[in-house]
Amino acid sequence: MTSAILTAAFLAQVIRIAVPYVFAALGGSVTERSGNIDLAIEAKLLFGAFAAAAFGHATGSALAGIAGGVAAGMAVAAVQLGCSQWLGADQVIVGVALNVIALGGTRFLLQAIYHEGANSPPAPSYGDAVLTNPLVPAAFVCAILVPLAVRRTRWGLRLRAAGDRPDALVAVGVSPRRTRMYAGLVGGALAGAGGAQLSLVVGGFSAGMSSGRGYIALAMVILAGWRPALVAIACLGVAFAEALSIQVQLHAGGGGALSRQVVDLAPLLPYVVTLLVLVVYRSRDRAPPSALGKL
Amino acid sequence: MRRAWPVALLASMAVGSTLMLIVGASPGHVWWTMVERVLTSRYQLGQVLYKATGLALTGLAVSIPLDAGLFNIGGEAQLGAGIFTCALVGTALPAGTPAVIAIPACTLAAVAGGALIGWLIGVLRARRDAHEVITSIMFNAIVAGVVLVEGSAYIFQGGTTTGAPIVAGAQLPQLPLGGSAANVALFIAVGAVALVWWLRSRTTWGQAWLAVGRDPDAARSVGISVARVQIAVMTGAGALAGLAATSFVMGHKHAFEQGLGAGTGLLGIVAALLGRLSPIGVGLASLLLGFLSVGGLAVGELVPEELIEVLLGVVLLAIAVAAAWERK
Repeated sequence: MTSAILTAAFLAQVIRIAVPYVFAALGGSVTERSGNIDLAIEAKLLFGAFAAAAFGHATGSALAGIAGGVAAGMAVAAVQLGCSQWLGADQVIVGVALNVIALGGTRFLLQAIYHEGANSPPAPSYGDAVLTNPLVPAAFVCAILVPLAVRRTRWGLRLRAAGDRPDALVAVGVSPRRTRMYAGLVGGALAGAGGAQLSLVVGGFSAGMSSGRGYIALAMVILAGWRPALVAIACLGVAFAEALSIQVQLHAGGGGALSRQVVDLAPLLPYVVTLLVLVVYRSRDRAPPSALGKL
Repeated sequence: MRRAWPVALLASMAVGSTLMLIVGASPGHVWWTMVERVLTSRYQLGQVLYKATGLALTGLAVSIPLDAGLFNIGGEAQLGAGIFTCALVGTALPAGTPAVIAIPACTLAAVAGGALIGWLIGVLRARRDAHEVITSIMFNAIVAGVVLVEGSAYIFQGGTTTGAPIVAGAQLPQLPLGGSAANVALFIAVGAVALVWWLRSRTTWGQAWLAVGRDPDAARSVGISVARVQIAVMTGAGALAGLAATSFVMGHKHAFEQGLGAGTGLLGIVAALLGRLSPIGVGLASLLLGFLSVGGLAVGELVPEELIEVLLGVVLLAIAVAAAWERK
């Protein structure tokens, strides 16, 4: 068992699994820090994955696929922020609605464009390779740059002000709405890149392929107390646990019925841990941005 | 007061029509065929009632907490738990159990399963200040996973994703509607709508939960315990969502099955908002949503069935925008 973990292949698997989480959760943390509840991460991942596969298939270029994924994530964010910030719609409901639209919409597009029920035609694939997939280094760079940008740049300062003290932002003549829109677009671009990783690793889109990763990403944002640097680390933890449970399922062939169940339940761990942390451990360090969800 | 929701519905229909044009169908023809096929067939009408039964209950499970200022998006978890416990009790009862015992036992199990999850979300909100939306998302994932894993460990039969049938005594009669899934649980849903209407408009309980939703501080100052109201409405909401299991398990499938009722909890949000939180409105909205989802399948050869899924999401988005516009 330990020999199966301490290999380059296992490490590569952890990284491959971590990339969509890291992108999605970094994006979620940027959007939420600016004061807009980000329940639509799942929608951005799904549309991002679909667009990456579609653009990749049409052009034969994986890089074009990534660009398509990023653009799709931003488009979802634009609708989300437009409805909630400009039209004043409830941020939670907008997020839920977009997730419903994404789940049906990507399948509708599969039908409308390719006349397929569940899978897109093949797109360029990075496969299991970690070194030749540009999304991997990009995720590392973002995991360092996004926290720095949020902490140290003027953009980040304004974004945090929009999330914590929008009235102060108004007092210096900056629109919290517009600040949130910019933050949301960056968040959407990141989540879209995460979606691109989902479809470009396997070389195609399949219906519902985000399978709840957007919700886990949101859980990680909360778990990390809305701090982007910790968000990336939390995502690595999730990816490690997920890779481990895949290994256990591959290797623990026999085993009793009970140990089998423990392994099968392992993917639920991120949700349970988040719930426990929310309930047991509360501190000022981990408080949400004080204007989160308010206009 | 400005009324924007008819505009929201029309706008959603316009989006739906656009999607129809995209796939090369004529919107007028599709809408008309949908109405014609559903309204002229006993079977299709029965399917609408079956869909509406579940949606009315999960819709009330959203509207009551929202009255009290809480957003229950845990309907999936509450219904999932209700379906699981209902089927568990239904299969555990001895074969000859008479209906007078089996039906109340299974109904109670369904209610208890849903209420437990609702209560947990309510307690975590009221006592530990954990936001109900976040905890609901966690519970949706946890319950779905646990139910599936335990189902395959103990309930599913030999490699399938269906469990053993519940005892005959616990099975609710079908309605005579062309062999559709419509069943007697429809009257449970109608009863629940009536009960909630009465509670909400005729009792001090209803006044208490509405007061908490309007202004928690004011409610507190007149002696209402906000925490207790929050826990009570979430428990009641969970119970109602769980009650929908009577239609899915006892009325239709007569067994635990993977994916049974999935999505009904989520669509309850649409029913609640489309019904403008009034219990009767929720009932009417679930009929409309039931019509749309059955109608979408009925015109499957004209447009992809996914179109209706998108449309339901668009309806939700449009009502959210309309509600904001009305508040202004």
